[in-house]
Amino acid sequence: MDNILLEVKNLHAGIEGKEILKGINLTIRPGEVHAIMGPNGSGKSTLSSVLAGHPSFTVTEGEVVFHGKNLLELSPEDRSHEGLFLSFQYPVEIPGVSMVNFMRAAINEKRKYFNEPALSASDFLKLMRQKRAIVELDNKLASRSVNEGFSGGEKKRNEIFQMAVLEPRLSILDETDSGLDIDALRIVAGGVNKLKTEDNATIVITHYQRLLDYIKPDFVHVLYKGRIVRTGGPELALELEEKGYDWIKQEIDN
Amino acid sequence: MGSIDQYLDLYKENRDAINAHSADVLNSFREVAFNAIGDNQLPKRGAESYEKTSIDEMFAHDYGVNINRMDIPVNVAASFKCDVPNMSTWMSFIVNDMFHASLTSRHKMPEGVIVDSLSRVASVSPDLVAKYYGTVAPLEDTGVALNTLLAQDGVMIYIPRGIKLEKPLQLVNIFSSPIDLMAVRRLLIVLEDDAEAQLLVCDHTQDSEHKYLSSQVVEIIIGERSRFDIYDMEESSATTSRYSRLFARQATGSNLLINSTTLMCGTTRNGYDIDIVGDGCETLLAGMAIGTDHQHVDNCSNINHRASHCHSSQLFKYVLDDESTGAFEGSILVAPNATYTEAYQSNRNLLASTSAKMHTKPQLVIYNDEVKCSHGATTGQLDAAALFYMRSRGISEKEARLMLMQAFMVDVIDTVRMEGLRDRLRHLVEKRFYGQQMLCGECSVSCHEQKS
Repeated sequence: MDNILLEVKNLHAGIEGKEILKGINLTIRPGEVHAIMGPNGSGKSTLSSVLAGHPSFTVTEGEVVFHGKNLLELSPEDRSHEGLFLSFQYPVEIPGVSMVNFMRAAINEKRKYFNEPALSASDFLKLMRQKRAIVELDNKLASRSVNEGFSGGEKKRNEIFQMAVLEPRLSILDETDSGLDIDALRIVAGGVNKLKTEDNATIVITHYQRLLDYIKPDFVHVLYKGRIVRTGGPELALELEEKGYDWIKQEIDN
Repeated sequence: MGSIDQYLDLYKENRDAINAHSADVLNSFREVAFNAIGDNQLPKRGAESYEKTSIDEMFAHDYGVNINRMDIPVNVAASFKCDVPNMSTWMSFIVNDMFHASLTSRHKMPEGVIVDSLSRVASVSPDLVAKYYGTVAPLEDTGVALNTLLAQDGVMIYIPRGIKLEKPLQLVNIFSSPIDLMAVRRLLIVLEDDAEAQLLVCDHTQDSEHKYLSSQVVEIIIGERSRFDIYDMEESSATTSRYSRLFARQATGSNLLINSTTLMCGTTRNGYDIDIVGDGCETLLAGMAIGTDHQHVDNCSNINHRASHCHSSQLFKYVLDDESTGAFEGSILVAPNATYTEAYQSNRNLLASTSAKMHTKPQLVIYNDEVKCSHGATTGQLDAAALFYMRSRGISEKEARLMLMQAFMVDVIDTVRMEGLRDRLRHLVEKRFYGQQMLCGECSVSCHEQKS
């Protein structure tokens, strides 16, 4: 079956004239979980930012096709409507914008994009209640400003909650495990697993193997100096956990 | 030579007519005011604490002044109602500069409370007005002197000792005239000891064909342990200029909240001078301004701490778009005897376009060591990280910007101590940002015709 969800071809991108991604190739099919690992500064977060359309980054070469659409031509909001979701490494606090208004705007803009009417107040609240349960997110957080005063764990759960609401086709989890204690990690990973279907896919960006105990990858890629230097199965992650990144660095640098 | 001369000439030529249509107490101030003005001019741009706003220019246009108190026919205005849902108020109107009571304005109001035309009160109870009129607004200030020279009427609000009003008072200022007009507005507000009141003032301009200027002086005298909230909301027009001076004097243990909103205007200058003379007072001064097109909003505050154990806090926020300009000058003065003062001031501004401009000048002058004081000012753009976060969730850039601009005003709106008004302000700010014109007919405080 050659049903490709995301195809990244020779992607080069950078910020302020400095090239960070130097030719990324990646193919993702529905139902797959890909882990992208690599040492600090290898370009993992840049890759997620470029895929989500962060305006600070410039793509200098290559292409990205997302279920038949040229992803790089789309605005960040249209990428979201088309089914791309980035779970932020550092979710942004937005004082004065309540979670409720934030989610209502997100849902209704997506519905508008697909020419659907806005959700009624009761349907919206029902949806919120249902999706909150997936990550055991406290109801009281819903009345607060977006991420404001949330603990590290609450912020990450809030990301997965938003993912549950928006039902993306491709989710990119950028260092979702950072700053989480073991209980929060289990809840977050459990949420991600509950949302997994045959039709959607997940990219897990992580520095450590730890998260991959909970979210089992089909493929593990090692990113180093802006390129994917090695691809393997789950055993590659275990090998990295055991041996660190130095052996790969040495192999590539020599 | 300056723009004040035409008003001095007007006074000299119409002295008798001005006096004939006013009351003795008000008249007794005119010659003093005239002499106080002498050769002084209205402040020009660049003058001390008028760095970005020229009052001289504001008054330069040849405005009509309704000296003979002609009843300018107003269709909608006479039966105008500014309604805040879930909030019932005692409402009165000032059409241009004439006081009009409405049906609701006295209904079940406690005995002894006065909300009436200033000149009428001055005729009926001259001693009461004489006791307070001109006691907190200094005639050495040329703007105040000019207002005093020409003010023939206004509003007197008097809350006797121990009376706590259960409903807010509301004053709706309306501009509507067949000619370009200056309204000389004067408010005298007195709360005796242990009294409580809330006042909502709404400024509207009914047509955009004529130019209007409001010259307003508000005097507030707050007795011991009294509590007063004043909410001042301007939703006028691009052809309206406003020069407002508010002076308040706080006695021991009193609590004052001033919340000022400039939603829509032409050129606005608001001055707030708070004199804290009694120990243990609380003062909260909050303001927000939304500027688009070529609007200009200037707020200037002077908080004068002259007693000990007082607490004052100021928060002013501006969102400026297009070619609009804003100015904030705030000063806190802590006198040598004002020990254990806590005084804070914050001015934060968002520039939503590359051509909008903000001028801010926070000042703090402290003459004793037993204080906790701070001031700060920031001017910046929308938070790029928040914008991207919102867009990544599918919220369009335009919508995200509007949501962030509204969010920016939330803490100013939260200072409002009336729930109904807080909701209304939130709604008004939202409507304003979404660019809906605030003409009175469709005005968001929903104006209904009132059968009287």
